Amino acid sequence: MAVIELRQVHRDFQVGDQTVHALDDVNLCIEAGDYVSIMGPSGSGKSTLLNLIGLLDRATRGQYLLNGEDVTTLSDIAQAEVRNRQIGFVFQAFHLVPRLTAAQNIELPMILAGVAKDIRDVRVNEALKALNLDSRAHHKPDQLSGGQRQRVAIARATIMQPKVLLADEPTGNLDRKSGQDVIDILESLNARGITLLIVTHDAEIGGRARRQVHMLDGRIETDQTSEVSHAQP
Amino acid sequence: MHNRDIGAFAWRALTGYTTRTVLMLIAMAIGVAAVVMLTALGEGARRYVAGQFASLGTNLIIVIPGRAETAGVSPSTLMGETPRDLTLDDAMALTRNYRVRRIAPLNIGSADASWKSRSREVTVFGTTHELLALRHWELAKGRFLPDTDIDIASPVCVIGTKIRDELFGAQPALGQWMRIGDRRFRVIGILGSEGRSIGVDVQEVVMIPVASAQQLFNTPSLFRILVEARTREAIEPVKTFILETLKERHQGEEDVTVITQDAVLATFDRIFTALTYAVGGIAAISLFVAGILIMNVMLVAVSQRTAEIGLLKALGAAPRQIVALFLAEAFLLSMLGAVLGLLLGELGSMIVRQMFPTLPAYPPGWATLTALLVALATGLLFSLLPARRAARLDPVLALSGR
Ligand SMILES: Nc1ncnc2c1ncn2[C@@H]1O[C@H](COP(=O)(O)OP(=O)(O)O)[C@@H](O)[C@H]1O
Ligand SMILES: [Mg+2]
Repeated sequence: MAVIELRQVHRDFQVGDQTVHALDDVNLCIEAGDYVSIMGPSGSGKSTLLNLIGLLDRATRGQYLLNGEDVTTLSDIAQAEVRNRQIGFVFQAFHLVPRLTAAQNIELPMILAGVAKDIRDVRVNEALKALNLDSRAHHKPDQLSGGQRQRVAIARATIMQPKVLLADEPTGNLDRKSGQDVIDILESLNARGITLLIVTHDAEIGGRARRQVHMLDGRIETDQTSEVSHAQP
Repeated sequence: MHNRDIGAFAWRALTGYTTRTVLMLIAMAIGVAAVVMLTALGEGARRYVAGQFASLGTNLIIVIPGRAETAGVSPSTLMGETPRDLTLDDAMALTRNYRVRRIAPLNIGSADASWKSRSREVTVFGTTHELLALRHWELAKGRFLPDTDIDIASPVCVIGTKIRDELFGAQPALGQWMRIGDRRFRVIGILGSEGRSIGVDVQEVVMIPVASAQQLFNTPSLFRILVEARTREAIEPVKTFILETLKERHQGEEDVTVITQDAVLATFDRIFTALTYAVGGIAAISLFVAGILIMNVMLVAVSQRTAEIGLLKALGAAPRQIVALFLAEAFLLSMLGAVLGLLLGELGSMIVRQMFPTLPAYPPGWATLTALLVALATGLLFSLLPARRAARLDPVLALSGR
């Protein structure tokens, strides 16, 4: 069954007296466990698409089914709950809370969900270990390297064990080496079953995905699925 | 989201931006401290005045012979009659009412007093043992006048400290026989209190039983009868009782004047209470100023932390969770500020009390409580707008820092 299904989705922005069609009749169906890269020039609507899928934004028109359920009509509270439990976000700018330590940042989604403290501690420790961040648990973001910050962000995005992981230019602020590490981590998460969507303008990174979507002017221009995944060596 | 986690998150936000937090705490603390200190001053002034009145006697009613002139020209004055004397029997009659706690008849005169070679003129009070309690006086030594029947004249006296010093010097006065007028009295007590009574310094007074004074001055009439009512509410009924009783005893002639100090005291009390409310209210305005400051700072916080709010939304925070987080921050700030202010206010009041020991500048309980509640209420109220603004932020725009 498709985990994400977009039907004739439009997203218009009103800028002055002009209407910008950031998404223009987008149809997309993504199977559970898939690895999708979304590429295209700047301003082609990649982030808008990802935000919409992540329920940070609402379509102007069209339908969005998540796990077969129409989520376009959900209330704010219900949407927040879906974001909390089913979707993980990784951003180009990391978006760590500067005054919180790595461990506290990772803990945040569980605090919002009302998970008990002892369970939170166990899960945070596991996540820190899995991402090789044990020694950085009590460091603030400004004491971490870019690669470490993005690893903390990934740990935070996956701590609630979501079905879908959305990454918008996750390597955009990183050097090649850390960028590669981050991609490796994301791919290993995908290998363990998470549905992975990566927005990137880096053709090399985008080319690794099993399914590659190219966008232009708010439309899906090409949508290729290669039978052989480059992600697995 | 658990309350403890909300609190911890808010606490980290406060400690994460120390300058902002300290400034807000100071603003809140000053407001609360102002309320506490100013009401303490107002309350102190009220208590000071009340204390001054209380030292004259509580629930005190004074009976004076003769009709007050303010009552106009009465037939008796027209006919050239002198008012009837107040007698010991009149005084006794006034005890026959359950609302009367105690009475003390008072006779006053001056006489020469001497011991051995020393002598001086003294004011003599003829009274009963009840006067001590009625006037809230204290004895420095010995006993007060004996609790005998009102008409028993015994040769004992109680003297003020100045009389003791001047007549007895360093010698022990207690038990000595001294001469007052043409009679001899044994000193049985020395009055410790200071202050004035009927315009006389009590340290310069000699007190003897009222019956002895009547013999000494050769007069059956009393200068005053002091009556203490059991409660403040009893004052008016007792006043009526006194007027009726004496009118009846004086052949239907209303020829005494009854005055109460509590009427005056009550007026002062009202004035000072109103004053305390007024200064408290003025100080409370500074709390509102602090509230507006909190609103400003919270608005700045919301715009500074836009990206964080966007992130929280992306992580699944519902609008009311974001409101809760910001309100918790405001609550902690106002609470800490208020507690700090209470401490400051108490400290300030303490310093005032040290500097002016006669002024009991204790902040009244209602003021402390109100200041605390108003601080919390303004803190929360003025943070509601910023918090809701935060909750309504568009997550995409917030994350992009727009
Ligand atoms: N909040 C907005 N208001 C107005 N226009 C917007 C807004 N967000 C995006 N857009 C426009 O929508 C188009 C797609 O933007 P975006 O999805 O961010 O592109 P990409 O991520 O592919 O660079 C762009 O033309 C952009 O200017
Ligand atoms: Mg983008």
